[in-house]
Amino acid sequence: MTLIKKRLAASIAMAAATAVVATTAQAEISDDEVRIGYLADMSGTYRDLAGPGGLTALEMAVADFGGSVNGAPIVVFSADDRNSADVGANTVREWIDQRNVDMVAGLVASSVTIAVTKVLAENNRLGLVSGSAASSVTNEHCTPNHIHWVYDTYPLANGTAKAVVEQGGDTWFLLTADYAFGHALEADVTSVVEANGGEIVGGVRHPFPTSDFSSYILQAQGSGAKIVGLANAGADTVNAITTASQFGITQSGQQLAGLLIFLNDVHALGLEATQNLLLTTGWYWDMDEQSREWAQRYFDEVGRMPTMVQAGIYSSTMHYLKAVEAAGTDEAQAVREQMASEPINDFFARNGRIREDGRMVHDMYLAQVKTPEASTGEWDLYEILSTIPAEEAYRPLSESQCSLVQN
Amino acid sequence: MTMIFGVPMAVFMGQLTLGLVNGAFYALLSLGLAVIFGLLKIVNFAHGAQYMLGAFAALLGFRYLGINYWLALILVPLVIGGLGMLLERFLLRRIAHLDHLYGLLLTFGLALIFEGTLVNLFGVSGARYATPEILQGGLNLGFMFLPTYRAWVLVAALAMCLFTWFMIERTRLGAYLRAGTENSQLMQAFGVNVPLLITLTYGFGVGLAAFAGVLAAPLYPVSPTMGSSLLIVVFAVVVIGGMGSILGAILTGLGMGIIEGLTKVYYPEAANTVIFLVMILVLMLRPAGLFGKEA
Amino acid sequence: MPASTVLKAPTAVAQRQRRANLRRNAFYIALVGVGLVAPFIAYPVFLMKILCFALFACAFNLLLGYAGLLSFGHAAFLATGGYATGYLLASYPGLTPELGILAGTLMATLLGVLFGVLSIRRQGIYFAMVTLALAQLMFFVFIQAPFTGGEDGLHGVPRGELFGVISLRSNLAMYYFVFAIFLLGYALIQRTVHSPFGQVLKAIRENEPRAISLGYNVDAYKLVAFVISAGLAGLAGSTKTVVFQLASLTDAHWHMSGEVILMTLLGGVGTLLGPLMGAGLVVSLQHLLAQSPLGNWVSVILGAIFVVCVLSFRSGIIGELGAIYRKNFK
Repeated sequence: MTLIKKRLAASIAMAAATAVVATTAQAEISDDEVRIGYLADMSGTYRDLAGPGGLTALEMAVADFGGSVNGAPIVVFSADDRNSADVGANTVREWIDQRNVDMVAGLVASSVTIAVTKVLAENNRLGLVSGSAASSVTNEHCTPNHIHWVYDTYPLANGTAKAVVEQGGDTWFLLTADYAFGHALEADVTSVVEANGGEIVGGVRHPFPTSDFSSYILQAQGSGAKIVGLANAGADTVNAITTASQFGITQSGQQLAGLLIFLNDVHALGLEATQNLLLTTGWYWDMDEQSREWAQRYFDEVGRMPTMVQAGIYSSTMHYLKAVEAAGTDEAQAVREQMASEPINDFFARNGRIREDGRMVHDMYLAQVKTPEASTGEWDLYEILSTIPAEEAYRPLSESQCSLVQN
Repeated sequence: MTMIFGVPMAVFMGQLTLGLVNGAFYALLSLGLAVIFGLLKIVNFAHGAQYMLGAFAALLGFRYLGINYWLALILVPLVIGGLGMLLERFLLRRIAHLDHLYGLLLTFGLALIFEGTLVNLFGVSGARYATPEILQGGLNLGFMFLPTYRAWVLVAALAMCLFTWFMIERTRLGAYLRAGTENSQLMQAFGVNVPLLITLTYGFGVGLAAFAGVLAAPLYPVSPTMGSSLLIVVFAVVVIGGMGSILGAILTGLGMGIIEGLTKVYYPEAANTVIFLVMILVLMLRPAGLFGKEA
Repeated sequence: MPASTVLKAPTAVAQRQRRANLRRNAFYIALVGVGLVAPFIAYPVFLMKILCFALFACAFNLLLGYAGLLSFGHAAFLATGGYATGYLLASYPGLTPELGILAGTLMATLLGVLFGVLSIRRQGIYFAMVTLALAQLMFFVFIQAPFTGGEDGLHGVPRGELFGVISLRSNLAMYYFVFAIFLLGYALIQRTVHSPFGQVLKAIRENEPRAISLGYNVDAYKLVAFVISAGLAGLAGSTKTVVFQLASLTDAHWHMSGEVILMTLLGGVGTLLGPLMGAGLVVSLQHLLAQSPLGNWVSVILGAIFVVCVLSFRSGIIGELGAIYRKNFK
């Protein structure tokens, strides 16, 4: 019954909206509430990347916004996707069918994100993806109903690989996680390295997940390459770096390049094992005054410094709420249009804008992990070396396979 | 350079050495499982979790109590083994008379509890445990650079395996144990406290897992999930060797380490799978495993 | 006098039997009734999830409860059914869902024959381990094969039109289709269990040497049970893929094999209703916990249930209820 009523109301509202489109955008907020669902891995591999901390960041954004939009209260639901695509998709389907949720934030594992965004598109709701790495999220899997906020593999591979080759690291050995994601990363890196005059001299595809990397590290040592690139993620990367440091890879004149490595990984590994590692990041808590201020507030709540994903969850939610306020409605397409019309410049994003494929492009940063001597505290981990301008960082639209982009 | 099967000799030797190190590690873990199964008929699915607890105990002991690596190597197996004895005394004993599939299910549940609790307390990223000063650096073997710590793992694990084998197969205590499991009533009639013996054995098996955990702590990031992925591999090793065969577990552990190591060179994609393939082949040909006795 | 009792006894037995049948039929009719009205009370997608897992658990229970074989690799069949159906429906838009499901089930059945031939001679722990190893090989295949989408999973499976006529886009239509499939699978299991074949299975479970000495080809009986179980697990996986429009590696992971054991154990091994109950409880529990502040503790709670089940009520909820019923009302 309520569902029918709601649909009726929605169609009336739509008709009304088209009728008065020339005048003010006086639509309304469904159920007189802005309903946000937070979906992330709360207990598995990606827990420390987004997890419960991301929920705190989202709640901070809601509280900072004042708890309501144009008088309509903001309600937050949250759920654990357990890194399973069907759990994630089901949860969101139910949120939409049962609770009429307007927007879903978080979204970490790429498999979950791709499944969820299909559901969102089918029901015309909005998704703000902060945690996923796969660049396919706004490439072959793009929809008009989601925005990819923080980073993806393209700028990570691109930024790091280019910088490394420019510094003279022109021969590479790649350790690739043997699944679609690793293969994509491998292809991205290979093309960047070759475009900049470097060469891939060897590589090995290891099973996913792998805990003992000694054999692969030995193969990398035998290859004579200057750079050992890690086209893997999460625990695999952490294990590979640990093993590499035990085998004295850096002492024997080789250097590691981490392509997908996060603050929590570096923190877990310690500076001894990760020092001088080059990486690309979308944000770092200690990069300027604005960031430090927000990060400190987060730290007081959670007890850990935020990752770029957690910061991105705050930033994207804030931008969303502002757009709902400005548009006067929580209807997905209107909000998305409003969000895309405003540039994004906050503590998180510089020179940010939302492209038609749903990619939020913003400045990225090339960072180097500090040496234990240079670090002044538990979380003093990166030194920002340079800024990669927003327009150069991400995959250009001319190469896009997204159906929303006219090529 | 001399080539072996299309791979330079030096690389081949290096991979063999690393395979042996991993194999010694598998041997140690599967040994604990084999002891527990062979003598108690418990399929200890909590073995991976107990190994993880060993690594965590070493980490936390160092962080909060300042217990160094060498002390941890002795203390942690005792503490975790003690915990194991409590589990045996208060939980496992109550289902000892049932089909041993129930033991498998119970220990599987326990593993979930241990892992889930630690994930909530410490997250999943894992933490570093520093390699002890004296074992840092590496040895130049001519064909490869072998980190000293890995050489130590090989030595320590093999020594522990030998010690265990000797204890069970060659001492009076071991003889009691084997007799107690063959015919517990008769042993009881002789005045041997069989239930205590069983509790001690389980504790010993768990202690072996914890010992492996301490050995692993400087090698891999210490995280709550470090045991679960290893568990089924180690199980495969035990099954291939013949459930309950002490010698079988040790030799198969070493052998599987080497086979896995070579797979990593020739067909790395299948490195995680090759053990299961071997297991199926072995069970086709020898239903009770390589060293097992047909039931 | 002895003659009269001999004459009377069968009628008394027959009468009791008839009454029991009547009670059982009434019970099943009530159950079907509940199933028919359920989507108007609870959220249909959630119910479909329960039905899919219930079918999976029932299939598993056929093997464990009636043939006494603990398979630790049933996830492989669930996933094979799911991937096969998903791949076919996604790549051939003309294919109707029931044909897709049929194909997926067939694939799982074939895999069941292969696994069964390889594993059926092993017993107890060895059987569990061989099935686990085979399932791990399948996991490797799924992660490597180009059509599964690897880690990303297989997405965009259309629900399509049943028999090319009835659109399954609405959750309600989909629900009744799934419910019908579930009833079909359930009836098949019920028939199998109560048939002479099922009786022989039980005899094998209770005392295998005796069954052999009576001249039964024990391995053949076990193999047939294994294949039926695999096929039905595949049916559950195929149906699940059509409902959720995706197939992912979660279904192939060995944790899924553990989960189905939990469902069966919790509900009651060797009872017909137990797996249904167990699946309902586990799915609801995961569902409730995932959205509550206790969400992080879901694996701890599942582990605790395992422990409590094994320690205190091994015959599961239905088994315990049955015992109470027999004690007090008979």
